[in-house]
Amino acid sequence: MGIISSGFHGKRRTGNPALPPGQYETASFPVLTAGPAPYIANADWEFFIRTETGQRRAWSWEEFLALPQVDIQTDIHCVTSWSKLGTSWRGVSLDTLFEDVETTSEFTTAHSYGGYTTNVPLQDLLDGQAWVAWEFGGEPLERAHGGPARLLVPHLYFWKSAKWINGIELMPHDVAGFWESNGYHINGDPWREERYS
Amino acid sequence: MSTLWRVAEVVSGVPETESSRTIGLRVDGLNGNLAGQHIDIRLTADDGYTAVRSYSVATAGMDEILEITVDELANGEVSPYLVRDLMVGDQLEIRGPVGGWFVWRPTDPNPVQLIAGGSGIVPLMSMIRAHEASENPSQFRLLYSLKSPETGFYREELLTLGQESPKLTVDHFYTRKVPAGWPSAPKRLTAETLLANILPADAAPDIFICGQTMFVETATEWMVQAGYPTGSIKTERFGGTGGIR
Ligand SMILES: Cc1cc2nc3c(=O)[nH]c(=O)nc-3n(C[C@H](O)[C@H](O)[C@H](O)COP(=O)(O)OP(=O)(O)OC[C@H]3O[C@@H](n4cnc5c(N)ncnc54)[C@H](O)[C@@H]3O)c2cc1C
Repeated sequence: MGIISSGFHGKRRTGNPALPPGQYETASFPVLTAGPAPYIANADWEFFIRTETGQRRAWSWEEFLALPQVDIQTDIHCVTSWSKLGTSWRGVSLDTLFEDVETTSEFTTAHSYGGYTTNVPLQDLLDGQAWVAWEFGGEPLERAHGGPARLLVPHLYFWKSAKWINGIELMPHDVAGFWESNGYHINGDPWREERYS
Repeated sequence: MSTLWRVAEVVSGVPETESSRTIGLRVDGLNGNLAGQHIDIRLTADDGYTAVRSYSVATAGMDEILEITVDELANGEVSPYLVRDLMVGDQLEIRGPVGGWFVWRPTDPNPVQLIAGGSGIVPLMSMIRAHEASENPSQFRLLYSLKSPETGFYREELLTLGQESPKLTVDHFYTRKVPAGWPSAPKRLTAETLLANILPADAAPDIFICGQTMFVETATEWMVQAGYPTGSIKTERFGGTGGIR
């Protein structure tokens, strides 16, 4: 379309091939949440997976920490245009959590403490693409950033990485979550710039 | 659809403060916006380089023109250009208006508490304007925290509305410098001052908080601690300092 703003040169903070289109790099870690951050004590925390047949598996905080832990180095991309490159996390792979889960569903809804939901296709959660993360940069995840634990699906825009994660429900079809029903894209792939619906 | 880039023409540019400007944009086929929504603006340099930033809509009209107010950030990539260089008659690209959550609708029945820090007033002003233009009788209250009187956006309009509107109360809070004759010295906003100047929790207000990230975080924490239900608080963070060091 090409509307040129004469006199606009930009700061070229986006010349980096690690940045998806329209993203710029930030060194800080902005907080973006729809509302206030809920308080969840580790002792009250659990993570569940519920299948379409109603079967439910759940892990307490201690059980969760006893699972194999992995370190993750990844870039994250927020729909509001910032990206943070090379962040480090520690958590449990969803492959581990889904190991004994029987399902034919292709879709999921992630549920957070505080009521937030986001929809993620199951294939985006498996094969080393997603984690339940509880450490950021070597420190326990701050509450503002989703502590005790958040979902981490870094290949999608960061609103899909639900903070204060409580569990994942397998769904018979794709049901729009919170931001997805408020004007944001159902998939949210930053490389295709799927920002808004 | 609202998600495609479309052309907007700059139809006005009026300084709001020394470092900010209100810009009127005409967008063909636009049919107004909801109060509280934002647009994305895309600037393209002559070699094709682009930068995109979000700006809240300050107005809540029903036609093809909307206004934004941009505050210049020192060393910013986009805001200095919008405040200093963009001219009436120029074109740029916008996406939106977008957002269906941080919005106020004239059919909303509850009283409303607005809390603005600095340029965070912009989407809240849109709500105030929509409310004033509507028949909606509910009570609105604005707490506007700013550095000094000179940094206030929409000064005349807020002054007039604060005095004349039967359904809006405006409270200013100055952190660095107060106007002449102001009853108290400038100071940091504290939980006590904030809570003393907003609608009480038992009035069950809908609450909108907007500003830089730290401001929003802090104000929100105070409100939650004071017993305002988390579900009644909606926040919009403009960015800036925040989070993990
Ligand atoms: C939904 C939404 C609505 C917004 N509405 C408005 C609005 O109505 N009016 C307005 O003026 N701005 C608004 N903003 C902020 C705006 O999008 C830009 O972030 C801001 O104009 C800075 O862009 P820049 O390119 O000039 O600075 P950049 O080049 O992006 O940043 C320069 C430096 O400033 C820091 N920084 C970035 N944003 C901020 C900030 N908001 N405050 C302090 N430091 C910051 C960066 O970390 C960086 O160090 C909104 C942001 C969002 C997400």
